[in-house]
Amino acid sequence: MIADAFGIVYTGEEAARLKELTHSRSVAATPFGGRYRCIDFIISNMVNSGISNIGVIAQKNYHSLMDHLGSGKEWDLDRKRDGLFMLPPYVTRDNVGLYRGTVEALKSIGGYIRRSTQRYVLFSGSYTIFNRPFGHMIEQHINSGADITIMFNDNDILEEYDQYEDLRLVIGPDGRIVDLELNPYRSQNQNKSCNVVLMEKNLLEYLVEEASAHGLYDFTRDVLQRNVRKLKLFGYHYSGFVARLNSPQAYFKSNIALLKSDVRADLFDDAHPIYTKVKDEVPAKYGPTADVKNSIVASGCIVEGEVRDSLLFRGVYVAKGAKLSNCIVMQGSQIHENASLDCAILDKTVVVKRGRKLHGHEKFPIAIRKGSII
Amino acid sequence: MRKKQIVAMLLAGGQGSRLGILTSNMAKPAVPFGAKYRIIDFPLSNCVNSQIDTVGVLTQYQPLELNTYIGNGQHWDLDRIDGGVFVLPPYVKGKCGQWYSGTANAIYQNQMFVDQYSAEYVLILSGDHIYKMDYAAMLRFHIEKGATATIAVFEIPIAEASRFGIINIDDDKRIVSFDEKPKCPRSNLASMGVYIFNWQNLKAYMQADEENAASQNDFGQDIIPGMLQNGEVLYAYPFHGYWKDVGTIGSLWEANMDLLEDSPLLDLYDPFWRIYSRNPILPPHYVSAEASINCSLVAEGCEVYGRISHSVIFAGSYISHGAVVEDSIVMPGAHIGENAHVYKSIIDERAIIGQGVVVGAKPQKNLTIDNSLTGDITLVGYDMHIPDGTALPRGMVATKETLGYLYKKGGTTP
Repeated sequence: MIADAFGIVYTGEEAARLKELTHSRSVAATPFGGRYRCIDFIISNMVNSGISNIGVIAQKNYHSLMDHLGSGKEWDLDRKRDGLFMLPPYVTRDNVGLYRGTVEALKSIGGYIRRSTQRYVLFSGSYTIFNRPFGHMIEQHINSGADITIMFNDNDILEEYDQYEDLRLVIGPDGRIVDLELNPYRSQNQNKSCNVVLMEKNLLEYLVEEASAHGLYDFTRDVLQRNVRKLKLFGYHYSGFVARLNSPQAYFKSNIALLKSDVRADLFDDAHPIYTKVKDEVPAKYGPTADVKNSIVASGCIVEGEVRDSLLFRGVYVAKGAKLSNCIVMQGSQIHENASLDCAILDKTVVVKRGRKLHGHEKFPIAIRKGSII
Repeated sequence: MRKKQIVAMLLAGGQGSRLGILTSNMAKPAVPFGAKYRIIDFPLSNCVNSQIDTVGVLTQYQPLELNTYIGNGQHWDLDRIDGGVFVLPPYVKGKCGQWYSGTANAIYQNQMFVDQYSAEYVLILSGDHIYKMDYAAMLRFHIEKGATATIAVFEIPIAEASRFGIINIDDDKRIVSFDEKPKCPRSNLASMGVYIFNWQNLKAYMQADEENAASQNDFGQDIIPGMLQNGEVLYAYPFHGYWKDVGTIGSLWEANMDLLEDSPLLDLYDPFWRIYSRNPILPPHYVSAEASINCSLVAEGCEVYGRISHSVIFAGSYISHGAVVEDSIVMPGAHIGENAHVYKSIIDERAIIGQGVVVGAKPQKNLTIDNSLTGDITLVGYDMHIPDGTALPRGMVATKETLGYLYKKGGTTP
């Protein structure tokens, strides 16, 4: 289906929550699932819905994001008509280039929104991971006569304390949202927002102008929450796998969840593939002493040691005698002879030297910053 | 059109009949290799890495797969404003028009393409070898020597020399004579089928060759001997490194197995000489708790529940619980059923091997198997479905016909 919609992806989320992992990158550019970056999922979802006009709002640390997205070629978004638009901040008379919130970000890209010719707009964050084209959601939005539709799910694998920007939808019998709870204390309500909001472009423009005229700057709090009664807000229920990468624990659990075949089948559904930047790596090579069980291994890896219940990103080297369990090892890291790691997240190009030992706990995985040598 | 110093012409028209059913629906250069590549990725990547950005790919046999694969060339960085990669099939010219009758004729019919770029030199490549080679260095050699033509040569064991075009040189590497598949070879320098010609000079020779009705319009048979006869200055450019003809089932299998060595002669990991290819849009592969993998290459999107040993597994394959794959090549999207055993075999794309099937089983006395192409390698064809419990004897080429014969003879007991 060809959607009469364009997409806006906001990547300025508070990156501090992922600690070491977002030291020098935005959450959107954080590696996930052995070969992807978080933002690949939302962009692929949009592309798989027939959306070919996507604006990506950058805020801080967006070099690695821009490097990743490039011209949008890998998502089939290098187009003459529409395509991928990187929208970095800039300094004007009205703003200093640093957004206090999503409303300010949307205001500053007013030109892009105005020029987009599609009727509907999908506004999304970048740290929520799922695989679902938006055709149904758009259909439901039109049929229900909603002003705004918010996607949600109610089967989160994560626990309460892992969450931030936790938006809960209280839904009435007719499907209409009667209340929105932001970071509720012990909420009984499991309907969590997936951070994807659909509305008409005209309404978005109006709401952004209205909010900023009142000095308000956060779209969730100042626009959605304030308008629960005034506007018709509907929830769109999604029952598949959803990961929200907003803490190291959540990051760890969501990656490890991919070792379950039903999660993989859902997140990597052949019918709508997840696109990412390709690296032209050699297929993974297993040596004579390799011993890999229950793990995900990306291309370019050379494995000679023991790997259990782990994810190896592209180009990882595990030497003979090294032991890994419950680890997430990002691109280009090296684990030398007889090193032993458990419950660790190794960022890109980390080197763990011969015989070193690192043991975290699943509730508190050790995250090692990019390029560290241990 | 901007002038190009050199244009590459890749001869990809061969049927590759010695690869049997592997080339029944695709040209030889499109045959998968090394868990993710296709043969043509090697010459194309060599071109790009040698800063040659204009490549004509001459096709005529089953070109669909190859055309689709090459696309606009973006995967090799060959989507250029000036130049890039072009698929050049034979076409009708005025009242006539003909298939490519030989390697030289294919280039002759596409003179306009090279002329467009006012190229000084033309690099002729073939699409059936696996190697990494710097063509730019060869061009420098060609220019330094002031040669009319330069032929890349590779030292081979003298025992095999009678299978190749053999080149005899003097101390300066100037070519003295060229023997096509000689019975008594005088040297062990084999022509690699990689030539650099001065374009204007080659054009004259091709024209003369076309007018000679007895000619086979072939570089090795006609053009090069003709140049030597006329006293042209031809040089041999020695190539050192890994070079393998993958024109037969046996050599294709060997070349794949070569990659599984501890430090293979063909280094695919060199960041400055990457081999580019069309990458599958698939997640990383999954290795289950009961699986085991040793001495193997495994590509994206595979799900491994069985045992893989000394094998090359392409993208999107499924190795079921209890299955064993040894010394084999499993091409994209193949499915190996539960408890199936696959020994020294090539399983073509999308083939389904049923439960408990044995591929490469012991030969049975009452069966006559045509293994003239395969030797002891068992081949399962594209999209074939091997029913549960079947035993395919060593060397068999499993197609609908041979499978019917096997069943008539009761080939269900391993």
